[in-house]
Amino acid sequence: MKKWLPLITAAVFACWFLGGFQPPKPKNGFDLAGFGRLPVLMDGRVQPLDSVARNSLLSFSGRSIVRLTNGSSLSALEWLAKTMTQPEQADHLKIFRIQHPDLEGVLGTDKIGLEYYSLNDLTHQWQSLSDQARKLLNSEGGSEDMVKLRTPFQKDLMHLFNSVMVYTRLKSCLEPEGARDFAGELELYQASIGPGRTALELSQQGKPYEKEDEQRLAAFFKRYETLSELAYPTVIPPLPGQARANWNNTGATLMETLHSGQMHPAATHYAAMAAACQSNRPAQFNQALANYRVWMQENDLYPALKKGGQEYFFNQIEPFYKSMVIYVAALLLGCVFWINMSEPVRRTGFALLVLAFVIHSLGLGFRMYLEGRPPVTNLYSSAIFIGWGACLFGIFLEKIFKGGIGLVVAGFIGFATLIIAHHLALSGDTMEMLQAVLDTNLWLATHVVVVTSGYTAMFVAGILAIIYIARGFFTRSLTPEAARTLSRMVYGIVCFATLFSFVGTILGGIWADQSWGRFWGWDPKENGALLIVLWNAIILHARWGGLIKDRGLMAMAVFGNIITSFSWFGVNMLGIGLHSYGFMDKAFPWLVGFDISQALLVALALMPLRFWASFKSAAPPAPPAGPFLPAPSPSH
Amino acid sequence: MMDRFVNFFTSLRLTVVCLALALALVFAGTLAQVEIGLYAAQAEYFRSFFVYWTPKGAHWRIPVLPGGWLLGLVLLVNLLAAHIKRFHFQRRKIGLILIHAGLILLLGGQFVTEIFQVESQMRIEVGDTRNYSESGRKNELAVMDVTDPDKDRVVAIAESLLAKGGEIRTPELPFRLRVEKYFPNSAPAGPMTGDSEKITASDGIGRRLMFSPRPITRGMDAVDLPTALVQVVSDKGPVGEWTVSTLFTRYPAFANLQENIGSILPDVKVAAPQTFTFNGRTYQIALRPVRYYNPYSVKLLAFNHDLYPGTEIPKNFSSKIHLTDPATGDDRDILIYMNNPLRFHGATFFQASFEPNDAGTILQVVRNPASLAPYVACSLVAVGLIVQFLIHLFAFARRRAQQTAPQPVASALSAPLLEPALAPGKRRIV
Repeated sequence: MKKWLPLITAAVFACWFLGGFQPPKPKNGFDLAGFGRLPVLMDGRVQPLDSVARNSLLSFSGRSIVRLTNGSSLSALEWLAKTMTQPEQADHLKIFRIQHPDLEGVLGTDKIGLEYYSLNDLTHQWQSLSDQARKLLNSEGGSEDMVKLRTPFQKDLMHLFNSVMVYTRLKSCLEPEGARDFAGELELYQASIGPGRTALELSQQGKPYEKEDEQRLAAFFKRYETLSELAYPTVIPPLPGQARANWNNTGATLMETLHSGQMHPAATHYAAMAAACQSNRPAQFNQALANYRVWMQENDLYPALKKGGQEYFFNQIEPFYKSMVIYVAALLLGCVFWINMSEPVRRTGFALLVLAFVIHSLGLGFRMYLEGRPPVTNLYSSAIFIGWGACLFGIFLEKIFKGGIGLVVAGFIGFATLIIAHHLALSGDTMEMLQAVLDTNLWLATHVVVVTSGYTAMFVAGILAIIYIARGFFTRSLTPEAARTLSRMVYGIVCFATLFSFVGTILGGIWADQSWGRFWGWDPKENGALLIVLWNAIILHARWGGLIKDRGLMAMAVFGNIITSFSWFGVNMLGIGLHSYGFMDKAFPWLVGFDISQALLVALALMPLRFWASFKSAAPPAPPAGPFLPAPSPSH
Repeated sequence: MMDRFVNFFTSLRLTVVCLALALALVFAGTLAQVEIGLYAAQAEYFRSFFVYWTPKGAHWRIPVLPGGWLLGLVLLVNLLAAHIKRFHFQRRKIGLILIHAGLILLLGGQFVTEIFQVESQMRIEVGDTRNYSESGRKNELAVMDVTDPDKDRVVAIAESLLAKGGEIRTPELPFRLRVEKYFPNSAPAGPMTGDSEKITASDGIGRRLMFSPRPITRGMDAVDLPTALVQVVSDKGPVGEWTVSTLFTRYPAFANLQENIGSILPDVKVAAPQTFTFNGRTYQIALRPVRYYNPYSVKLLAFNHDLYPGTEIPKNFSSKIHLTDPATGDDRDILIYMNNPLRFHGATFFQASFEPNDAGTILQVVRNPASLAPYVACSLVAVGLIVQFLIHLFAFARRRAQQTAPQPVASALSAPLLEPALAPGKRRIV
């Protein structure tokens, strides 16, 4: 049994992961999965409606589902379908998250303690809130610097304001809000175009004409003009022969119909889906959906359709969420192993680690394939990549040293970075298009990947050092043998970090030289990378010169966590420089908290030996030497 | 005495101390950018020998950190001295030697770059041709004799001379220039604005437009816009006085100024040169960005600014130019776009920015005699690091292979890096 434990446990988790491959069963007969696969154009890229749903909901509420008052929940896609076709019902759903107490206060005392609001909850205060938001926008005059100076209340207000704006536009995505039978309406519209245009031409020529025909068409035109300003995202694909990027929103397409006289087939299909949804006729909905898909295939839209399906699948299998859970399991097993030293536990943990790595790699690779980019393109993907790299390190460490250390390191960093990635995803689409200067796969693949690998190594060394300090200080388990092993690991990984940080920084310099005309410009992100290189150089030279020994090395490696976190996140929070593309201040308290915790660990590492549980017996009562005391014979 | 001196400059401890100070300097210099902007932070922290601290309101300052120049210099000396003193070639040290040779080249190259690199911008509107680029910060007072329709004679006077005030004489001009007023930074003023001091001139555009002083900027991209009142004086007496201002010559200041005064003074064209005649010759006078002339010319054929569909996110910027160089016979079209600059005659042209409504392009022009140094240096260091890393890795693998031995058999290289095993009960500084 014990022999099979690792395999069985890994198989159970693997089945759990594979379970996600199966598309969800149609709910009430509606083929929502098919709907979620439909490609649309948003944020400059073709993506499935499912991604639109998830990203919008995440940015409104921080969650990817909607909890209902009766305890059940709606998936993001169900919510989006409701929003697009039955907005009056969607207005009841609590999807807006409000965090600032002052803003909650404005909304009435009876809501205190409730974090989520529906549009209907906001009705009474909306006028005054949106006035405040508009006033703020006017006073800022679109200046980026002013936006950065917003107070927490203003930030929360603007987040709510923007969320409601996007929500309002989503409601008008397929049809004007409140439309009853939109498919029928479009038939009337098309029928009215001919007579209406005739009437219009006659009136322009000063001849007698049917006033009613002209007025009817004018009413439609006005209605669709308003729709064209609101409708979002752009769901109507280009017709054959048009440029592939030429997607349009429903309103604009219907206005074009006036000129061409031809109804865009996609508008008709979407109208049919919306009407079927409203009247709760799943068969009609599924038929309209199938017709639309067939039309797309026949009209040069197969690549978009394929992209939509693939990204839907990627969203569905949630590789990062699932690997995160498995990392936690591996981490726990690593800890259990340290307590009971049971080899099967360690082997089970190792099997899970490998499984998590495989799933993580799958997710990373799939993302790269979908984006057509190297692994790291923004802060979100850097977190994913650091977790992945740390896991690779962990597997090697565990394979070579077999002490459970690899499990703990990889489990912890894998879990932590995926949590960070999850929170970074709250700000919107994680596969966003890249600014012009970043639009180069050569440098993304070299500079960014190498620098991020350097971060990874720094964190791995830092966590190993924490293990050393925690075990040595609090337990008696840090035997000389274990201490030496850990020290060698940290030293080796610091060497690795030096190599990658240096080469990465230099590659960055060369990129900067190619695109901005200077190798080095003291930009905050460049300085951040330089700090890591300098810190590594200090560690290595101090070590070679005998200025530090094991404990000094550990203290410095932990301090490396602070430097790396500053370089990775901190410089972006300064909000200045050419690289400040990922400004997020919600993370600031977390960063400070992390840095304080690391500083405390450094302080712990510097405590005299007599306080260390593992060294008490070896240490004299009052060691006169500190960890930074130089050794007598420096060597280079 | 000499020994102690040598020991100091070759010691590893000096390296560590310098690196630690460099760490503090880079950190402080990064944070300082939030307050004082990139340019000022670079000057105060990295292009200096000391970083000073001035208490609020005080007129004295104390050095708190060594600046970039000093640290770079000491590290360079330390590196060279240590290698000279201890140099003896060993195969296992080849990586370390390569790394440090690369670092020396990198530091040296950066010194050369900092001193000799010239950065300027070339702003061209679609269809226009330019044979010069302009400095982003430095200005000059240009007095041009434009009498000859084929050839202009230009006398350029550095801004620092204006700042000094007084009279400027030069044998190239038949008159003297008397600087009556000079504001290192300025803004347009009206008759009703409550500034205590204003520049207004009796001739030229300065009769219609006034300027008042502004504090020197320290912002990220902010550029000072100096204005001066210059009197032209001949032996017989004053010829006239003109307001010269970079607000008339520096982009986008003149475009903004033109737009703002458009409704009040529609007939004033701020960018038009101010002209006067003296002894039958025609002169123009202007305070303008320092110009760097090229023996070749660049014509902007088209500027493109692509966005991702349905968004405002820029996908690419590109400038299609035509390059004409009579000396080399070059006469061709070139496309400059993001991450793809034009390198020509020691200068590199980058796509840097553009004018509103895509009416023109702004190219960054960089001349750096040491532009190759970082490439060579980095290759050296990278190779060195990889060699060293591989040596370690193989040593480690060998040790792993011999794990059966009671103590890890450290390779010769890592011997000084690893400590001897701790004998039980033996005192040890961990």
